[in-house]
Amino acid sequence: MTAIVDAAGVTKSFGKVQALAGLDLRIESGQVVALLGPNGAGKTTFVRTLATLIRPDTGTVRVAGHDVVSQASKVRAAIGLAGQHAAVEEAMTGRENLEMVARLYGFGTRQARVRANEVVEELSLDEVAGRRVRTYSGGQRRRLDLGASLVGSPRLLLLDEPTTGLDPRSRIELWDAIRALASDGTDVLLTTQYLDEADQLAARIVIIDQGRVIADGTPSALKAQAGGDVIEIHTRDSSDLAAAARSLNRVAPEAPVVDPATRRVSLPVDAGIERLTSAARALDDAGIAVEDISLRRPTLDEVFLGLTGERIDLPERKSA
Amino acid sequence: MTAVTAPTRAPSLLSASVVVARRTTRKFLRTPQLVVVGTIQGAMFLLIFRYVFGGAIHIGDVPYVDYLVPGFVTTSVLFAGMTTAAGVAEDLDQGFVDRLRSLPIPRAAVLAGRALADTGMITWNLAITVAIGFAVGFRLHGTMAEGIAAFALCVLFGFAFIWLFVTIGLVAGNAQAAQGMSLLVFPLTFVSSAYVPVSSMPGWMQPFAEHQPITAMVDSVRALCLGDSAQSLLGHSAGYYIVPALLWSAGLIVVFGSVAVAKFRRG
Repeated sequence: MTAIVDAAGVTKSFGKVQALAGLDLRIESGQVVALLGPNGAGKTTFVRTLATLIRPDTGTVRVAGHDVVSQASKVRAAIGLAGQHAAVEEAMTGRENLEMVARLYGFGTRQARVRANEVVEELSLDEVAGRRVRTYSGGQRRRLDLGASLVGSPRLLLLDEPTTGLDPRSRIELWDAIRALASDGTDVLLTTQYLDEADQLAARIVIIDQGRVIADGTPSALKAQAGGDVIEIHTRDSSDLAAAARSLNRVAPEAPVVDPATRRVSLPVDAGIERLTSAARALDDAGIAVEDISLRRPTLDEVFLGLTGERIDLPERKSA
Repeated sequence: MTAVTAPTRAPSLLSASVVVARRTTRKFLRTPQLVVVGTIQGAMFLLIFRYVFGGAIHIGDVPYVDYLVPGFVTTSVLFAGMTTAAGVAEDLDQGFVDRLRSLPIPRAAVLAGRALADTGMITWNLAITVAIGFAVGFRLHGTMAEGIAAFALCVLFGFAFIWLFVTIGLVAGNAQAAQGMSLLVFPLTFVSSAYVPVSSMPGWMQPFAEHQPITAMVDSVRALCLGDSAQSLLGHSAGYYIVPALLWSAGLIVVFGSVAVAKFRRG
């Protein structure tokens, strides 16, 4: 199989800030890949490099076999980009937006209309396509933006944080649309800050931190690497937190994390269900009143902690 | 699934620019605030100059309205141009430019389309300002051909200044900053012959007012509108003012056109 994305040793700095620090990534055709990482990890910079919007300082980046610097126009013909903002014109209708993009891909007037209608149908935008975008909800706007990136029938669809800022229902609708595209054979590379989003959509998750790939694999492999599931309890009284942490400490090798503000103790575990029962028993034995107890997937924060030993939101990381 | 196959040839610079321009024009026409507010603002300022300040200003044998309107119309291209800076900054900020730049079109089409659309917008604005000018008593003293030439010059000046505003829009970062930076041209219009003769200004100010581009542009338009009175009022005939005005325009286009294109290429 050919590589749809082939990046080697990519660096990019903006002034003193190094956004990409030797990123290597090869993506085979035929899958959805999620780039996961905290704010400032370099995800957007990498996507913008793939989209020929910025040139790498060093290293090579090829998209669909074409170099993003020397063969930029070929790359542009092969990609569709939906960035963090819904880059659609508010004063025009959805259909007019799509027709405009089609014209810019070189379609004639009539063909552009046909192509726009196809995209309208593909993304179920029929009801709103005749209305000005000004009247759209956030979700409809994003869906139209996704549609605009599809007009040129791209081989690779680049989605930069496609659901950031959307309500849960719009998010799920957009996920469905992305899944449908992927099953039609479009390669998708998306960036996200949400582990569940990557988990939902991608067959492969690439975790980026400080401009480098720090982990790469299937969602389940990564989660196992990060310590599997998490047991989380809420105590009724904050005075019980320390005792709860002590009891939980005996259940698994990892140390529990206490968050006094939310009266929560969380514990990374490998084999979820058995540990949950022993945790419940340990708390019961200690006579701790628990508001609720649950087993959940780790958050990106916890995956990060597992991979790097650092928390995402440390102040010195933000300034880095 | 796809019934129409994607074209293999990218659109030409011209056709891509036209498509980009049409979007900007549609946005303008469909945003009534822009059209109406722009028009009302222009009309208000003209009325204020004509009726509030006008009574106190006496200029040779020519009624002040005939002196003022050519100057006012010429400088109106600068006020219209401010929306260019804000529009460019907004398109950059909101990701619209990213979309255009990720498409297989000549990159120059993004800026060319903007310049095309905004020249159209400025022309529309000029027509309205001229109409209001006639309504408040302005009369053309030159020939019809001279009047048309004066109008065409204004369109050219507008086009030239667009490149300054495009550059401002590209460096500003966001629409508000772009608007703020554009306001810096405000004083430039006052320290010119647009509203009052340069000779009425203090001596230290005169050399600047006399030799800055807006004065050259205003005087060329004014000379064409005044016809035979131009010689006696301004001291020279139209040709004397048109040459520097054209040179200034060419300079603006070359300098800011290159700066804008270079800045845009670098991303």
